[in-house]
Amino acid sequence: MVIDTSTVGLVEVEEGTKILPPNVIITTIDKVANWSRLSSIWPVTFGLACCAIEMMAVGAAHYDFDRFGVIFRASPRQADCMIVAGTVTKKMAPVVRRVYDQIPEPRYVIAMGSCACTGGIFRTYNTVQGCDTFLPVDVYVPGCPPRPETLLEAVMKLQEKMRKETARWSPWR
Amino acid sequence: MAIVMAKLSESAIKKDPAQIAEKIKEKFPEDVVEITNFRDQGSVIVKKDRIVNICRYLHDEADLRFDLLKDLCGVDYKGKKEPRFEVVYTLYSIRHRHMIRLRAQVHENDPKINSVTPVWIGADWHERECFDMFGIIFSGHPDLRRILLPEDWEGYPLRKDYPLAGPEKEWQGFVEVLEKAKELKEFDWEG
Repeated sequence: MVIDTSTVGLVEVEEGTKILPPNVIITTIDKVANWSRLSSIWPVTFGLACCAIEMMAVGAAHYDFDRFGVIFRASPRQADCMIVAGTVTKKMAPVVRRVYDQIPEPRYVIAMGSCACTGGIFRTYNTVQGCDTFLPVDVYVPGCPPRPETLLEAVMKLQEKMRKETARWSPWR
Repeated sequence: MAIVMAKLSESAIKKDPAQIAEKIKEKFPEDVVEITNFRDQGSVIVKKDRIVNICRYLHDEADLRFDLLKDLCGVDYKGKKEPRFEVVYTLYSIRHRHMIRLRAQVHENDPKINSVTPVWIGADWHERECFDMFGIIFSGHPDLRRILLPEDWEGYPLRKDYPLAGPEKEWQGFVEVLEKAKELKEFDWEG
């Protein structure tokens, strides 16, 4: 097929993305990198309390996390994201931090449930009052536990955030 | 198999808590402090000194046969009654299908009681938890360490005078995590 570029030209399909039919796409690296990143968020398989059960429900067939490219990985080394699902006790905090440290950049944290966000009902001697005291949290999900839809929403919020990033792919960031 | 089961059911005689309590009182008259009954659940409050003998008797006696220690826990009665602590043994007989609750009094200034692990080996972790939470020392326990809290934790959290949100001084392990998080903060992506 021969295309007469003098007549067709570049077509702007959305802001910052142009297509030269049939198969040339011109866009920024940011867009490509962010798009590929947000389309395959792989959270590390990691549950702490009852929220983990709800997280598993989201991963199962009925709610189906795979639709969003979210696939649980059993190793932090192959994951991009950590869903802190449940109550973080002080005894568990060093372990949570270590799992986070093992995730390669770029990495994201979703604090799932009241306990992970604030300590929830546990204003006690053994509970961390919010996992943001020792982790950089990107998305907070309220609920006790949150509905599966809420966690899906959280992933979409995280995707929105990732879409806006600039030059995170660069070594000179 | 069927023969054995028939034999077991023949010898099974369910006793009321009051009857069991009476038997304990007969055998150990000096040790029984009080017998209580609340909604058909009988408790025998005993002195702590001969707790292992009492438990051994309840375990071995043919028509009692308390072969299952359902639970072992501590209670803090600070400001409510003296002595301050009680160690509660909830016993059940699988053979006879009856149960009784033993409550041993433990004083605050000498929080020690003999371990019942020689009678029920399953008491091991229960006693460790009781030690962890109340600081009651079980003499003769094979491995009395903290079971739930970190080993270098200070204080006993289920005591009534322990502050609910924890003491002023944070546990060292968590302080280290906070310090490490602060140190690594410069590597976070700021957007």
